[in-house]
Amino acid sequence: MAIARIRLPENARRGETVEVRLVIQHPMETGFRRENGERVKRNAIHSLVCRYQGAEVFRATLSTGIAANPTLRFFLRAVETGDLDFWWLDDDEIEGTVKARLVVT
Amino acid sequence: MRFALLLLFPVMAAAQTKSGLDYASDEIRKLQASDAENPGMLWVDQGAALFGKECAACHQKVKGIAARYPRVEKEKIVTLEQMVRHRKPALVYESEEMLALTSYLAHESREMKMNTEIAEKDIARGKTEYFRRRGQMNLSCSHCHDASAGKKLGAETVSQGQPNGYPAYRLEWQKLGSLHRRMRSCMFGLHAELPPFGSELLNELELYLAWRAKGLPIESPAVRR
Repeated sequence: MAIARIRLPENARRGETVEVRLVIQHPMETGFRRENGERVKRNAIHSLVCRYQGAEVFRATLSTGIAANPTLRFFLRAVETGDLDFWWLDDDEIEGTVKARLVVT
Repeated sequence: MRFALLLLFPVMAAAQTKSGLDYASDEIRKLQASDAENPGMLWVDQGAALFGKECAACHQKVKGIAARYPRVEKEKIVTLEQMVRHRKPALVYESEEMLALTSYLAHESREMKMNTEIAEKDIARGKTEYFRRRGQMNLSCSHCHDASAGKKLGAETVSQGQPNGYPAYRLEWQKLGSLHRRMRSCMFGLHAELPPFGSELLNELELYLAWRAKGLPIESPAVRR
């Protein structure tokens, strides 16, 4: 189950630039760590996409250099009320999705 | 000069109780203060969902529970983790579910003061352990957390070792961890034998720390180096 926290302003005016913050719970294993002598397999989120009303507005390529539970922050222009769909994929081919609604007044 | 130092000493000895947050950098404070970025909140969210599913049928009131633990019941120490473990099958210490539930409960008691009802007679054993030298380093908890609080240990600032932020998100662990894990990390640093999670020694120490932290507000999920 994907666990993430998104922060958006409660509502935005049309045309306003809003800040989007996202924290994803993920171990971001580097593949170099050992536990009880065994190497822990690399498992990091490698791609992340955010769609706003179906249109891609943000894309990120992540790698093992990024700490566990990565925080991402970006800006977008509020056009109209709609869903922000986040999607990401890690090395275990496990997808994560989370959704938030941007209210434009 | 020497005279001035002597005058200073009693002031330092009577240092007030300070949360680990007071020794943290601005970045850490900011991270802890913002619920949107504090990564510990991920476990709190998980705990809230789990509590609603597994516990809410019997337990409705959750506010202030964590502030009353650890406590002594019938001459036995009861920690919050043990309380969570009353449901069978008992959750494993330090498992994701255990961390989620304890951090959720602790978060519900945020800003409340640590258990102020611990009797002085109950902390005797924990206090002895706190002042006992251990490990190849041959140091007691007090050597760092009373005598050297505020000084540097490498790049870190030594804190008073107050438990009010736990379960806390430690950047070193890259995840949330319990107070027992934190105490074990200290003991690892001392090259001492590590007591198992939930062992009597850690419980005694936890009770003493809670008594020592009397009056500090609960910060969980705190962020620590």
